[in-house]
Amino acid sequence: MIEQLSPAALRDTILGSGARLAALFGDGTKLFAVLADGSVGVVRVLSAEVGKEYAALTPELPQAHWFEREIFEQTGIVPRGHPWLKPVRRRADATEFYRVEGEEVHEVAVGPVHAGIIEPGHFRFQCHGEDVFHLEIALGYQHRGVERALAGGPDKRTIHYMETLAGDTTIGHATAYCEAVEALAGVSVPARAQALRGIALELERLANHTGDLGALAGDVGYLPTLSYCGRIRGDFLNMTALLCGSRFGRGLVRPGGVAFDLDDARAAQLVERLDAAYRDVTVAANLLWNTSSVRARLEHTGTIPERDAIALGLVGPAARACGVERDVRHEFPSGIYRFFQVPVSTWHTGDVFARAFVRWLEIQRSVAFIRDQFKSLPAGPTHIEMKLLAPNEAAVALVEGWRGEICHVALTDAQGRFARYKVVDPSFHNWCGLALALRDQQISDFPLCNKSFNLSYCGHDL
Amino acid sequence: MLKATLARLQQGHRTVAFPKGTPTLPDRFRGLPVIERAKCPAGCRECIKACPTDAITADKLDLGRCLFCTACTDTCPRGAIRFTQDYRLAAHRREDLVMPSFKLAQALDGKARRLFGHSLKLRQVSAAGCNACEADVNVLNTVVFDLGRFGIQFVASPRHADGLLITGPVSENMKLALEKTYAAVPAPKIVIAVGACALSGGPYINHAEQHNGATNLLRVDLFVPGCPPHPLTILDGLLRLLGRLDTR
Repeated sequence: MIEQLSPAALRDTILGSGARLAALFGDGTKLFAVLADGSVGVVRVLSAEVGKEYAALTPELPQAHWFEREIFEQTGIVPRGHPWLKPVRRRADATEFYRVEGEEVHEVAVGPVHAGIIEPGHFRFQCHGEDVFHLEIALGYQHRGVERALAGGPDKRTIHYMETLAGDTTIGHATAYCEAVEALAGVSVPARAQALRGIALELERLANHTGDLGALAGDVGYLPTLSYCGRIRGDFLNMTALLCGSRFGRGLVRPGGVAFDLDDARAAQLVERLDAAYRDVTVAANLLWNTSSVRARLEHTGTIPERDAIALGLVGPAARACGVERDVRHEFPSGIYRFFQVPVSTWHTGDVFARAFVRWLEIQRSVAFIRDQFKSLPAGPTHIEMKLLAPNEAAVALVEGWRGEICHVALTDAQGRFARYKVVDPSFHNWCGLALALRDQQISDFPLCNKSFNLSYCGHDL
Repeated sequence: MLKATLARLQQGHRTVAFPKGTPTLPDRFRGLPVIERAKCPAGCRECIKACPTDAITADKLDLGRCLFCTACTDTCPRGAIRFTQDYRLAAHRREDLVMPSFKLAQALDGKARRLFGHSLKLRQVSAAGCNACEADVNVLNTVVFDLGRFGIQFVASPRHADGLLITGPVSENMKLALEKTYAAVPAPKIVIAVGACALSGGPYINHAEQHNGATNLLRVDLFVPGCPPHPLTILDGLLRLLGRLDTR
């Protein structure tokens, strides 16, 4: 399934395909690329033996920028001609920051410890007065050695790495992992388990999107929606807990299926709670769109043009808010999404408003999807016995998490253990988008722009 | 304005009755585990082998390491180990989390209680937490738990804080920032560690990239187990520490 190419052919194929880079990573002296062509729903895995260096793709393909820095950091392979070959996970004080020189230019440093209850990261602004010329985002504070520990697996801790590598995306990453190992084992998951995974994935999206709408309201000082959404987000989390005991879906998704079934009484209660929460979030969200002072703060703030979103390879609501029709559930459907389609929600303005409004559109569609599932929940088992993983094989899993495309790549060795396990959280694509959104903005709009992306630090740092 | 007022009426009053009322938790919620050793077949080590963080040994169960997953309960041939609905898990000393010697947290004594009992300002530091503990700490600020009614508040600067609430296994890359933040809090100060990672490293225990939690770096006054702990578990722990619960 892996296409083995020469370094030159790998380069030509990537640059010539017009497809998006879902992943680009190194292993030893080899390079691997996962190309996702959404127009035809085809995923290709390419590989080439590049030795110690190769000609960087970034100058011609900006979406390779962050990946090539990671390759250099993880393997030492040098992407020759890369414009800013700085590690993506090392401590911020370990390397220099990009600087804008000038008498009236000043620098602002924020983090890693932030004012709110959020994860750590460092932001370095080059400012002229209030205007941001350049923002450099330095991450790596959350690095826990996830990919290193995954090699040699799967073992009893593997699923827990998956559930906690980005803890707010437990269902998304656990599902991607399970789909990857199930493909390697040649196991087909029962329909009921697929439906329950879909319900859980959409509940995760509902909780996080609702929380984000509330937080955006808070960042512009609009307290009603902030306080309502804070509570309603918890209602969605509690629905996941009704399913599996954990508000974050810990323990639900397991290789071979799901660990908890849904009896009729529980299903009825879930539908009832879903309806109530949907009624409440509709009121809370519509307050935002109908309040002119809120809209004035959200519109034309942190705008990213569609062409930049495509060039940077943005994913998820951040891409769709720029008018890019990009959604794994639509382009590369797996599991239950092969049978139930979720329309792609887009908006065209690319600003904070668009990123908020796309979330609201997706809330509506996730609720509709879950209701559909309950109307036709397949009967039968929720789990099938797992088998050993095929040796010397590769599997790619794509899942549309609430932040966007989750890509897992599993490569097995001769014993059927993970020789390399690559995780690409949607945040890995999108941090660059946040940096770009801040250009020519007021520095005081940073919290608002940051929240409109709401990216994962630990999912990036791994 | 009229719409906002109508919305306010529609949303209603949403604060939980806790601590006066009994909180309702989902029936599948996994709280304090219990082991009935009498049921264990002789020489059986299934749960010990299955536990992803080695929380279980022949005669002990360390709640500080426990992820409250189902690895042990799924593997037990006799149903000797199960999770109860008891959300009260926080302890004052690390060793109090090791069952069977589990002991709930006691109130701070004397001066500390006088200082913090009715007003506690905390700075939160995520030191490689996965954003689940962070999220369920943050949720205490919502109208549901309404932390402010207990005089507890999260503040933006360590200079304004009485202590730290730490999540995550403390990555090597966050160690310095955590130490500096701790140093910036004026004395006397308290430290609260929330979640399996901050207590023991959690799933990342013994990884070279982290420090097995805050307990190896700072003196911790409250340990809150869970992966992540339920918000009520955290709130219960905070109120216990401040002597704000009727613990008769």
